[in-house]
Amino acid sequence: MSFRIASSPHQHNQKTTSQLMLWVVIAALPAIAVQSYLFGYGVLVQLLLAIVTAWASEALVLMLRDKTILPRLKDHSALVTAVLLAVSIPAYAPWWLVVIGTAFAIIMVKQLYGGLGFNLFNPAMAAYVLLLIAFPVQMTQWLPPTALQQHALGPLDAVCAVMSQASCQGISLEQLRQGVDGMTMATPLDTARTDLMMGLTLPESYEKPLFQGGVGVGWFWLNLAWLAGGLLLLQQGVIQWRIPVSVLGSLALCSLIAWSVNPDTNFSPLFQLFSGASMLAAFFIATDPVSASTTARGRIYYGVLIGVLVFVIRSFGGYPDAFAFAVLLANMAVPLIDYYTRPRTYGHKAVKGRQ
Amino acid sequence: MMTTALAVLGVLALLFGAILGYAAIRFRVESDPLVEQIDDILPQTQCGQCGYPGCRPYAEAIANGDDINKCPPGGEATVRKLADLMGVEPKPLHEDAQNAVKKVAFIREDECIGCTKCIQACPVDAILGATRQMHTVIVDECTGCDLCVEPCPVDCIDMIPLIETAERWKWDLQAIPVRMVEAD
Amino acid sequence: MQSLLEQVAAEQLWRFPGGVHPPTRKAELSKKPIASLPLPDKLYIPLRQHIGVAGHCLVQKGDHVMKGQPLTMADNSMSVPVHAPTSGLILAVTEHTSPHPSALPEPCIVLEPDGLDEWRERAPLHYSQCSTEQLLERIQQSGIAGMGGAGFPTHLKSAVQQQVELLIINGVECEPYISADDALMQEQADTIVQGIEILCHILEPKAVLIAIEDDKPAAISAMQSACHGRQPWFIRSVPTKYPSGGEKQLIQLLTGQEVPAGRRPIDIGMMMFNVGTSFAVAQAVLHDIPLVSRIVTVAGDTLQHPQNVLAPIGTPVSDLLHFCGFQPERPQRVIMGGPMMGFTLPDLSVPVIKTTNCILAPTQQELPAAGEEMDCIRCTACAEACPASLLPQQLLWFSKAKDTEKLDEYNLFDCIECGACAYVCPSEIPLVQYYRVAKAEIREQQREALKAEQAKARFEARQARLEAEKLERQRRNEQLAVERAAKQSANAPDAVAAALARVKSQQQQTPADLEAIKAERERKKQLARERQAEKTEAPANAASATDPRQAAIAAALARAKAKKQAAASDSEQVHPQQNQPEQTATKPAETAAASEASDPRQAAIAAALARAKAKKQAAASASDTGQTEQEQAKPAETEAEQATQTAAEPADTVKAEPAPDPRKAAIAAAIARAKAKKQAEATPASEKTGPEEAKPEQADAASASAAQTEATEQPSDPRKAAIAAAIARAKAKKLKETEPK
Repeated sequence: MSFRIASSPHQHNQKTTSQLMLWVVIAALPAIAVQSYLFGYGVLVQLLLAIVTAWASEALVLMLRDKTILPRLKDHSALVTAVLLAVSIPAYAPWWLVVIGTAFAIIMVKQLYGGLGFNLFNPAMAAYVLLLIAFPVQMTQWLPPTALQQHALGPLDAVCAVMSQASCQGISLEQLRQGVDGMTMATPLDTARTDLMMGLTLPESYEKPLFQGGVGVGWFWLNLAWLAGGLLLLQQGVIQWRIPVSVLGSLALCSLIAWSVNPDTNFSPLFQLFSGASMLAAFFIATDPVSASTTARGRIYYGVLIGVLVFVIRSFGGYPDAFAFAVLLANMAVPLIDYYTRPRTYGHKAVKGRQ
Repeated sequence: MMTTALAVLGVLALLFGAILGYAAIRFRVESDPLVEQIDDILPQTQCGQCGYPGCRPYAEAIANGDDINKCPPGGEATVRKLADLMGVEPKPLHEDAQNAVKKVAFIREDECIGCTKCIQACPVDAILGATRQMHTVIVDECTGCDLCVEPCPVDCIDMIPLIETAERWKWDLQAIPVRMVEAD
Repeated sequence: MQSLLEQVAAEQLWRFPGGVHPPTRKAELSKKPIASLPLPDKLYIPLRQHIGVAGHCLVQKGDHVMKGQPLTMADNSMSVPVHAPTSGLILAVTEHTSPHPSALPEPCIVLEPDGLDEWRERAPLHYSQCSTEQLLERIQQSGIAGMGGAGFPTHLKSAVQQQVELLIINGVECEPYISADDALMQEQADTIVQGIEILCHILEPKAVLIAIEDDKPAAISAMQSACHGRQPWFIRSVPTKYPSGGEKQLIQLLTGQEVPAGRRPIDIGMMMFNVGTSFAVAQAVLHDIPLVSRIVTVAGDTLQHPQNVLAPIGTPVSDLLHFCGFQPERPQRVIMGGPMMGFTLPDLSVPVIKTTNCILAPTQQELPAAGEEMDCIRCTACAEACPASLLPQQLLWFSKAKDTEKLDEYNLFDCIECGACAYVCPSEIPLVQYYRVAKAEIREQQREALKAEQAKARFEARQARLEAEKLERQRRNEQLAVERAAKQSANAPDAVAAALARVKSQQQQTPADLEAIKAERERKKQLARERQAEKTEAPANAASATDPRQAAIAAALARAKAKKQAAASDSEQVHPQQNQPEQTATKPAETAAASEASDPRQAAIAAALARAKAKKQAAASASDTGQTEQEQAKPAETEAEQATQTAAEPADTVKAEPAPDPRKAAIAAAIARAKAKKQAEATPASEKTGPEEAKPEQADAASASAAQTEATEQPSDPRKAAIAAAIARAKAKKLKETEPK
């Protein structure tokens, strides 16, 4: 007989990396369902495009880097990046947008930094920011929720719309973007901000049909779905509580203070938490282990930093939603945070920054 | 207008230049002399394989611009450190000096004639013996520099690889020979 | 604020960070009684089974030993002896695969039991009447080293000056499968308690704390009844979590205190022993039974009867496994130790030693082999599992980069290698392996640095010494010169006259010298020509080899005479080295060789001389060109040979012994080497000028014939073989050197 030599420990008990990634995708499913219900089949088309692009570009780079392709594709990290980017893009954005974004995320942000585990920035968010800066028009063309749309789009229409920017009947996206009241629609956050700039107070802005139900039609439900997915991840031990709690907590706290100072010009905490990408970012994006802080205390600081940045950018910045910027900025701070929040090793005195 | 701007900028430039110059003098960090630093990096085997009689002379030579890649006992690590210190590109080691198996000298004592040649050659006094007495190497002090092999008139000095012991073992699991035994 | 002892008495428990909960798989094993292993056919007893140094081996092949007889002697405090586990015959003291992760062979005593199991005489002690020193001596002589796994000598650990507040007895076997201590506590609780009492007698702690994991209710109740009524003894049931049995973790768990980095538990007033150790202490003191057997958990699904086995130290693992009904898979993993910290064995002849607590032979389904290592995603599951609050993901990064400074900053050496990080790693990265490699490398670097420092110190000391010697010599020379000058000035007060005389004598000497050299050179050329001719004719002819030899003798004699003359004229000089530094260097030696030596050792000097001469000659001939170079080299060689011969002969005659001096052999070897060297040097040079000549073959033939003459000259010499070897070596070397050119 022959013997197998191995290093201790000889026993493992944990979900594998690919299982962890798969759980993230599974937890995203309810929100994807809600999103496609709200915004049409375009969401699914975008997802499909993103996933195919992600796999293709991952395989390409791995091939060029002379690495084994299949085991690394099977870790499903590219899949997660694709899903997160696809859900952040307007449902009927042109097809090349998502393709460029995903390829950029995988090739530039992830693989060129050394592949999984080495990227400094969250690939999906970096790609989102790239697209937002390079193609601001396309990236803000959110259609109104289906309930408010004049024309309903079928699955085939969705494909046509993404590919040619017009439904199969030839109705252009411009027309589609007009709501029942004939006004061009943006996201609730966008609308509210525009209204603020036009001198309206928020309560006045909330009168619009988009805001039925308090924080905008559908967006509330969408955020609830993300929250549910996030709770599933927490329950499964895929993510830890520190980052989401500190992100949402600091955002809520900041907005509560601002709102109690002047409710006319500041969003309410509820509006902040349940509009835009709040829940998605808190549970799915900020918790990306690779680019987040790695120490227990550091994760709290990291989350708080994101929450505060989001509040600041949403309140005073020029962009409608702030999570992508906030996450990237926090990513940059991670090495510093990690360095100063090292835990005290057994038998040692507390670490002071530098000796 | 134009001249004012130029003048202001010029004055500013002069001012900052003066501040920087003063700071450079005032806050100068006294560091070890370069030779000392280089000498600290060198492995101190005193083997002379660099062509200098010992590590310190080589350190002086490096400080005066000699190549940093002449030290086989130090290996790549030393070259890298020297490159860092000297602010030059690390070079590959000279020739085929890269085989990094640690060796020590061993005198075949029944063949030794007690000539003391090797004792004189040893840079670290790691060989014991007297005239017409057989010599022996203090293994713990031997730096494996090779210098005693050449002078020996009866060729009784071998460089033998250090035996790997459990204490010095570097967890190379691949190197463990798996014995095949009959299944029963 | 309660004192620590009060808190402990109040049954307070603390917690340590991290930890994992692997399936324990102990339930079945801990219910079975301890089985006794029949005596194996052979026992392999490693000389060193603990941390420290091996004892001095007392037995040799063929000795008969009694059970319990010491096989090694502890000659210092870092060492404990090993004992014969049974009576029998020593088959060998040899190298055998060690029970160490490296499986490197280590010295081992092979014992064949005679089946009688006869004890040596035993001398039980009454510990209450014994001094601490007596007890520590007994513990050392019984070969007791920590049985929890580390194997630190118990007598060293117990010999402390500090006050021991708390004696902790570790009955926490946190690794899966292992239930050896559990079984011991169930069956031998009374002996363990006696052992604890002995330890208390030595250490005088303020309290005793016995910690047992809460998944061992039988052991807890057994210990509770055994300890009944003793004060202040506490039995603490601790929650099952890996690695709560680690010394530092258990201290944190029981007292909330941490052992400061780089210190020992005694520095915070605590001392911890394994239950197995206290059992062994009781056996040693009360019954004079040294540590010759231990309980080993033999587990795994490839076994039909997994159980705890009482096995003699030195039992090969194969005996243990087959006793338990081993049905191997292929490839089979056999692990010594538990699944978290044990190491795999490369073969089954590895023996059980004092620290072996478990032999594990799992099936592939039971403990699947690690999957492919994937990239770290920095999920920090490892950091959450780390009981030492390290950052394993950072350490991995730095280990891969071999950044020793950072590794130190992130406290790599506080890693206890418990394996919790690798256990939880979703990417199945063998983190512990990386840390071990990094640690080994850092230790090696530290050793190297230390060595470099020593080498530097030694080098500098040597330089200083040489410098001092040089100065001393210079001083002496100056003094001599002054003295001589004084003497001369006494004879001839005129300094100018003295200088003139000196110049004159120089002029006198120089032509004489030159003449001698010229004559010598002529002779050598002549000789070389003769030899060349002879060699081309019949290189292998042994008889013809004597011819040039005779000529060489003549040449050497003449040369020696000429030299002596020169030396004589030199000695008149005040500064002889100014004229002919090279030649004067050899002169004293020359005269020594020429003078009739009565000491047989003179031969050695002559050999050295011959070599020096040969070298010089070679250097001189290097300045000549082409053909002459080779020609000159040859006489030099014969000359060297001859010088030795002449030096050796008087020695022989004085001794009046037909058998030649053994040193002569070494000389001959030296000659052969010198010859070969020279030839090798000469050949490639001459080939440049005369490429058509078959030089390598010729050189080879020359040395072959030389070897032959030497062999015939000293037929009775027992060292002949060595000479031949040296010659062969030289020949091979030469061929190697010449052939590529």
